[in-house]
Formats: sequence, structure tokens, C-alpha cells
Amino acid sequence: MPPVVKIEEIHKIYESGEVPVHAVRGVTLEIERGDFVALMGASGSGKSTLMNLLGCLDRPTRGRYLLDGIDVSQLDRNALADIRNQKLGFVFQGFNLLARTTALENVELPMLYGARKFTTKQIRERAMHCLDIVGLSQRFDHFPSQLSGGQQQRVAIARALVNEPQVLLADEPTGNLDTRTSAEVMGVFQKLNDEGITIVMVTHELDIAHFCKRNLILRDGVLVRDESVSNRSFAATELEKLSSAEAAAKLTGAKS
Amino acid sequence: MRFGSIIKVALRALLRNTMRSILTALGIIIGVGAVIAMVSIGNGAKAQVEAQVASLGQNVITVFSGSMSSGGMRGGWGSAPTLTIEDAEAIEREVTGIVGVSPEVRDRNQVLANGLNWNTSVNGESPDYPDIRSWKIASGAMFSDQDVRSVAKVCVIGKTVADQLFANGDPVGQTLRIRNIPFKILGVLDSKGFNLFGQDQDDAVLVPYTSHMKRLSRRTNISSILIQAASADVIDKVQKDITEVLTQRRKGREPDFTVRNQVELAQTATATTQTMTLLLAAIASVSLLVGGIGIMNIMLVSVTERTREIGIRLAIGAHGSDVLMQFLIEATILSSLGGVIGILLGIGSSQLVSHLNGWPVLVSTASVVIAFVFSAAVGMFFGFYPARKAAQLDPIDALRYE
Ligand SMILES: Nc1ncnc2c1ncn2[C@@H]1O[C@H](COP(=O)(O)OP(=O)(O)OP(=O)(O)O)[C@@H](O)[C@H]1O
Ligand SMILES: [Mg+2]
Repeated sequence: MPPVVKIEEIHKIYESGEVPVHAVRGVTLEIERGDFVALMGASGSGKSTLMNLLGCLDRPTRGRYLLDGIDVSQLDRNALADIRNQKLGFVFQGFNLLARTTALENVELPMLYGARKFTTKQIRERAMHCLDIVGLSQRFDHFPSQLSGGQQQRVAIARALVNEPQVLLADEPTGNLDTRTSAEVMGVFQKLNDEGITIVMVTHELDIAHFCKRNLILRDGVLVRDESVSNRSFAATELEKLSSAEAAAKLTGAKS
Repeated sequence: MRFGSIIKVALRALLRNTMRSILTALGIIIGVGAVIAMVSIGNGAKAQVEAQVASLGQNVITVFSGSMSSGGMRGGWGSAPTLTIEDAEAIEREVTGIVGVSPEVRDRNQVLANGLNWNTSVNGESPDYPDIRSWKIASGAMFSDQDVRSVAKVCVIGKTVADQLFANGDPVGQTLRIRNIPFKILGVLDSKGFNLFGQDQDDAVLVPYTSHMKRLSRRTNISSILIQAASADVIDKVQKDITEVLTQRRKGREPDFTVRNQVELAQTATATTQTMTLLLAAIASVSLLVGGIGIMNIMLVSVTERTREIGIRLAIGAHGSDVLMQFLIEATILSSLGGVIGILLGIGSSQLVSHLNGWPVLVSTASVVIAFVFSAAVGMFFGFYPARKAAQLDPIDALRYE
């Protein structure tokens, strides 16, 4: 099987400012189906830019991008929109939920635009199921302004999942979360990955990167390291460790 | 995206800024309200004129003495009485498809009865006159052909004259003195109201035309001839035949008469009100245009405000056409809701005008439908530019927009 993501010598130069910014400088990369990749690097190293290119939100200045065997640099606006809708799920760095729109409606949104037609009931059920996966089905009727940052992040993940994408792209999905919630979100990702979804995520934290199968490091728009994770963390065991640590803290807390 | 979802999103966006939506729609509300009110008042006036024309009678043709143009000088109708009783008799004899003829002579006289006097129009007519004008006799009877032949001193009086001179008591059988000649009252006409020129048609006394010419006005000419055609189908033919008969009788002299049928009279009478209606509607349309520009302005503001939302929708797979549709429908809902409110307002205010001023108003279904369709179209037209602007946004730029 061909790799689900294949980029060759891809460049992105922002011409908007006074000086052009060469954010991505010739990245070549293949990601196999079922892979689970963490993209790391310093702030400003081009992680979000690369993610936007992978997510078909932005077009590369140079280079080729084959997604699932299709050369997306040749596609028009509407075809790209369909690819984003059907093949990709994107979790933005800022959550980018629609304000004054309930969690459930935010999750339903991609299903409303797709070429596939669903009944209202199917849409509702599927969105509810995705909220359930991220553990937010209780808060389905809350507006983003009524949810914490972590909860908003999980709504954004549910929205990215709703059209059953082949590749899930997440830009710092645990950036705003505490250790426990981060582990929970990584648990969700590991479960999805076990079910066959390819995941590419950006993170700053090494221990989060250890939940993944492969780590990439970007520096100044160039890929400087690509290695597979040897001592992989698993969400279930990590959560157990956390629980026992908390229980111990509670015991000591009760004594004093 | 499905239509239901688009409508839901559009309504929600409009409700979020309720005050702004109302103010934006106000331009359309006032525009449509003005159109409906103006057209209703105009239509009311037109309907009134048409009713008055209809009150002339069914399929009536009138021959006026005097021509529209004679030797460069154009006299008004009836400016020179040149028609004769022989003309009327010739028409009755030679033209087929006629059911009634009445030669007419008119003047104003002081009439006396019951010790009271009253200045009124005294009209010499034939016994066919009430039938031609579809004018009923309220009590008593019309004079007869025998009365015309014998130049009888008999009359039939209008409702106003009856009210003025015989306030209590039945006028039928009593005597009315015209120019000091006693006329016996045979009947009283039903009320007919005002005519096209605002004259009270009930303020009249009918006498046989022969009696008018020989005993009162002492004229040898008549001023007009009323003819009733058998049906609307033959009216053109009858009109042509009358013209032919009269022209023949004048043996090559310049025609000194004018033949007009009711339809032509109605057209002349409604021409002004129609022009008025058109003018008022044009002014109202301008305010609709201004309302449309208001919608465009607010939609542009809305697109800018919601750039991020548009970016999110595009990023998760909305096509440009989905975004276009959404904003177009939002503008259309805004303008057509404004249209509906405007229609209600227009109907309300025209009813109010009719109530306060006693003007006749007529709200036509056509004007309501046209106003609604037009207001929706205004929203679509002026919403298109902002909607297209939204649809052409680049998803990544829109997402970065602060
Ligand atoms: N729209 C833009 N126009 C011009 N320059 C840009 C634009 N977006 C990003 N850049 C520049 O490109 C470079 C890479 O930015 P990018 O957002 O990809 O960094 P990042 O690795 O995601 O950083 P962080 O970890 O802080 O999110 C930066 O130098 C940034 O200033
Ligand atoms: Mg970033």
C-alpha cells in the first residue's frame, strides 16, 4: 500500500510581510497508514505551517503533496474542500469552534457540508457518539463560552472525527491541558489509532510525544530528526499511575 | 449544505443582532409600506372613477355637439349646440343594434314648490333615459312617449330636489313650478350620487325634451344625444354607424359633433389617476432602492465580523457556494421579512387614510404579491456582492483574521 501522506521537497514562503518568510524549507516525508506521528520543534520552526499544508488548508510554494495517492497540488478549491471534509480531520491550535453554537452543533458541522447525505437523526447520533468518545456527551448543549479550554479542545477533536477521516491532524491538542486530561486525550488518540486512523500531531512536550509511534523534529523549516519511539507510553497505564499517585496524596492528605 | 440548516444559521445570525436587523429592514419596511399605501390609494381613486363611469349606464354612446376641431379652433364638447332632434330621430331610425335614444337639452333654473325654491339642473330627456343610465325610479313613474309628443308639463325629480322641496311628504302628484310654469311631478328618481366631475346627479329635474325646448329654454338645438347599444359586442359598430348617419346628414360640411363611447370616457377620466399612481410608485421604489443599499451595507459589515466563522466553515469542507448561499439567504430573509412587515404597514396606513379622509382605498392582491417578490429580489440583488465576497475568502486567511 502507498503511504497515505507523501510530500516531496515542499517549501512554503510567506510573501505577505516586507521580508519574505521561508517557513518550510524543503521537507520530504512519508507517513504510512496507521502511523502515529508527533511533530516537535521550537516555536516558529514551521510546525503549524507544515500542518496547514498537510491539512490542505494552504498550498505549498513549491513541492508535491500526494494524499492517499492523489496529487492535491493540482486540485481546485472545491475539490480541496471535499478532501478536507472527507479524508482529513483538523484540530486547530486555537480551537476554532463556532461561538454561540452548542458543542453538538459544532460537531455536526462537517456532516452538513459533505457530499454524503445523512438524515438529521444520523447526524445527531454520529455527533453524539463522537462527543462520547471524547467524554463530553453530558455537555452536548453547552456553548463554547461555557466550556473550559480542555473541554473546548475535546469538542474540536470530536468535530475532526465526525466524518471518519483517514488522517487526523492536530496542532497542539494538549497545549492547554493538565497532565491527567492530556493523558486522557492521548488515550482517545491511541484508541483511534488502534482502529486504523493515521494521526499527525504537534506537541512541545516530550512525554506527550512518547504516546506516539514516531517523532519528527523540525528546526527552522527543516526536518532534522525522524525516529521511532522505543519506550512508548500507554494512556491506560499512565492514567493508572496518576490515579495511584493521587490516591497516595489523598491518604497522606487525610492523615494531616 | 441542506436548505433547512442554512435557514437556521441565517435566522440565528439575524436574531443575534436583533436591533441591527430591524434597523436594516426598516428601509425595506418603509419602502414597501409606501408602495402598498400609494398603490392602494391610487387604485381606490381609479376604482371610484370607474364606478362613476359605470354609473353612466351600460354600453352608452354619447354624441356631443360641437367638434373637437373645427377650422383650427377647438371648442369644447357642447360648445355650440348644433345637433337637432332630426339627428336623434335619424339615428333611432337608421342605426341597428340600439335599445334606447335620448336627446338631451339642459339648463339651470330656479324651481318652486311648497313655498320653497331651489336652483337645479333641468334636463330635457326622452322616456328611455332612466333605462339608458340604469337609473331606477324610486316612486311614481317616468313620463311616456305620449308626454313627449304632447309637450306635456310633467317632470320626474331627483332625490336631492325631493329632499330640498318636499322634506316631509310624497312629492308624486304635486306640482313643481319651473319658470313659473306648473309641471306635474310623476315620479322621484333613486339616489345615484356624484358623477365623474363631482356633480350631484340627484340634483336634477327631468322633463320631456320637447317640453324643455318649447316651453322652457326655447331652443331649437339639442346639446347631446345619449344612445344605448344592445351589447358590448356591437358598441363599436353602432358608434361607427352613428358617425356615418350624422356625417351623411351634414352632406360634406365640416363635422360638428363628437361621438364617444363609455370606454373612451373612462380612459380619459382614469388617465390622470393612473399617472399619479405610477409617479407615486416610482417615488416609493426609490425608497426601496435605498433600503436595498442599507442591506448591502450591513451584510458587508456582517461578512467582515464573521470572517473567522467563514474561515472555520471553509476549513471543514464548506464550498464557496455554501457560504454564498448562506449570506444570500440571510439578506433575502432580512429583506422579505421587511417586505412582509412593510405590506402590513402599508395596508394599515392606507386603511387609516381611508378612515380619516374618507378616500377610497383598494389593496390589490397583485400589488401585495409584487411588493413581496420585489423586496425578496432586492435582498438577493444587494446581498449578492457581500455574499460573493464571503465566498471568495481564503480559508487560511479567514482563520487568521483577528
Ligand atoms: N501568515 C504568515 N505570514 C507571514 N509569516 C508567517 C505567517 N504564518 C507564520 N509565519 C511565520 O512562519 C514561521 C513559522 O510559523 P509557524 O506558525 O509555522 O510556527 P510554529 O512552529 O507553529 O510555532 P508555535 O510553536 O509557536 O506555534 C514563523 O517565523 C512565523 O512568523
Ligand atoms: Mg503553531
